[in-house]
Amino acid sequence: MLSNINSKGKKATRDGFGAGIYEAAQKNPNIFALCADLVGSLKLNDFIGDYPERFIQVGIAEANMMGIAAGLATAGKIPYTTTFANFSTGRVYDQIRQSIAYSHKNVKICASHAGVTLGEDGATHQILEDLGLMKMLPGMTVINPCDYEQTRLATMAIAEHNGPVYLRFGRPSWPMFTEGMPFEIGKALKMNDGKDVSIFATGHLVWKAVEAAKQLEAEGISCELINIHTIKPLDEEAVLASVAKTKCAVVAEEHNVLGGLGESIAGLLARKNPTPIEFVAVQDTFGESGKVPDLIAKYGLDTVNVVDAVRKVLARK
Amino acid sequence: MANLELLKKTATQVRRDIIRMVSKAASGHPGGSLGCTEFFTALYFEIMNHDTSFSMEAKGEDVFYLSNGHISPVWYSVLARSGYFPVEELATFRCIDSRLQGHPTTHEGLPGVRIASGSLGQGLSVAIGHALAKKADGDDQLIYALTGDGELQEGQIWEALMFAAHYKVDNLIVTVDWNGQQIDGANDDVLSLGDLEGKWKSFGWEVVHLKDGNDMEQVLTTLQEAKALTGKGKPIVVLMQTEMGYGVDFMQGTHKWHGKAPNAEQTETALAQLEETLGDYPF
Repeated sequence: MLSNINSKGKKATRDGFGAGIYEAAQKNPNIFALCADLVGSLKLNDFIGDYPERFIQVGIAEANMMGIAAGLATAGKIPYTTTFANFSTGRVYDQIRQSIAYSHKNVKICASHAGVTLGEDGATHQILEDLGLMKMLPGMTVINPCDYEQTRLATMAIAEHNGPVYLRFGRPSWPMFTEGMPFEIGKALKMNDGKDVSIFATGHLVWKAVEAAKQLEAEGISCELINIHTIKPLDEEAVLASVAKTKCAVVAEEHNVLGGLGESIAGLLARKNPTPIEFVAVQDTFGESGKVPDLIAKYGLDTVNVVDAVRKVLARK
Repeated sequence: MANLELLKKTATQVRRDIIRMVSKAASGHPGGSLGCTEFFTALYFEIMNHDTSFSMEAKGEDVFYLSNGHISPVWYSVLARSGYFPVEELATFRCIDSRLQGHPTTHEGLPGVRIASGSLGQGLSVAIGHALAKKADGDDQLIYALTGDGELQEGQIWEALMFAAHYKVDNLIVTVDWNGQQIDGANDDVLSLGDLEGKWKSFGWEVVHLKDGNDMEQVLTTLQEAKALTGKGKPIVVLMQTEMGYGVDFMQGTHKWHGKAPNAEQTETALAQLEETLGDYPF
């Protein structure tokens, strides 16, 4: 029920990561954290305080960090590498490809400050291509949680999953609205039943989709809202079941329209059930410096953009 | 010391294997493989404490990482002849459906291989990770790694060097195959490595020289010397001077056989220079 989904204050998804890795480390002595000179940004202080012997500061040397993680994993440890999303992916793509993905190492690549919501630092740091890069690697699990609690649960869940994982989260303070909801890797989370349109949203944009769905419901448009936290493997069954009912879809993500969740869903529907789809995403461009709300508005990632996309796709049904 | 003659005989057979593998596949990297034959033979038949029943985690045993994965032929031969997998499997090198990929990988489950390598500069970091895990586990066995010399042009290598010294990773022995050659020519012409010893030293490593990496006795002595230096607060590097293509006269001392297979006639000439000591595998 949409009316039950409300913001209970704000915290950053990266805070959820910090809490999650601390809890995971309490349970599992094999968990190690590695960081490339961004301990504060990645919220690792609690972990380091209680588990200093399982923390490895690698300095500003991300390629080496990925290799060291692969070596630790070979020896049976569960290393979590941490830095900004930009330096977790594009900068070290070949290291991830060869030493982690192809070698099937149990490394958890944990990436903060993804997308334009990084804010003022600008496009050098605002990666919008990371989901695409990571989902193209065979065997890589790709997860993009939507709020503090979901990030906390995902951070703990990946410790139990054997294989390489890319976990993407962000910098800004963001509404918290999933408390009490379950999290299972690869299982889409249906947040509202609807019949007119399916909205598939991931990461920060799930909240925008919630706001949009509420607005549309008030107008009598019934939205099925599905939170796709796991980009890969995609919960195909959930997507197909929803679209079979609604006959149209909107995908919302803080990512380039090329290579993101939208393309995964479009590809699936093209193969299994061709359906009108609209995409709320960054339109193949780099970001820029600015305040988070201004960036979200300028790059077409706001509530109004989800609402508009729904109207557009309904007209195409 | 082990039977030196037997080790030398083994090395000669390994060289035959290298030539036969590369020749049959009509592709592969004989030059560096032949140059490192003494090193691999010494490591697997004398120096390392290792278990051919193979566990990925390798608890309680020494571990070897090959960073310059293109010299896979010498590694595959030594792994097979140590007992990791049947020697006959060497005949499948670089063929479709083989576990013996052009560059080593864990993907097909070949025993003895713990990481994919081929894209250069990555193996040292992986070796450090495993060395840290051994320390965390109180496992006093050692990690060995081999890199090429041209490979040292990769930036990640120097990240790893800085790290290993800072964290006193002293259960690690890295060997550099210092043959002075790379694909496009001599290191000094392509991109000079400069004062290699000075570079490693200034990064905080203990440097050991191996003047003739194609002399089995020297290889054994130097690796034992390196072992004796472990546990003293510094990572160790063996700068091993070798001759690319060693053991086959027309391949020796040139970069031209870095990544080229001999034709039928050249194969015959090469094999005539290498006595069949332990028995060829069939193909």
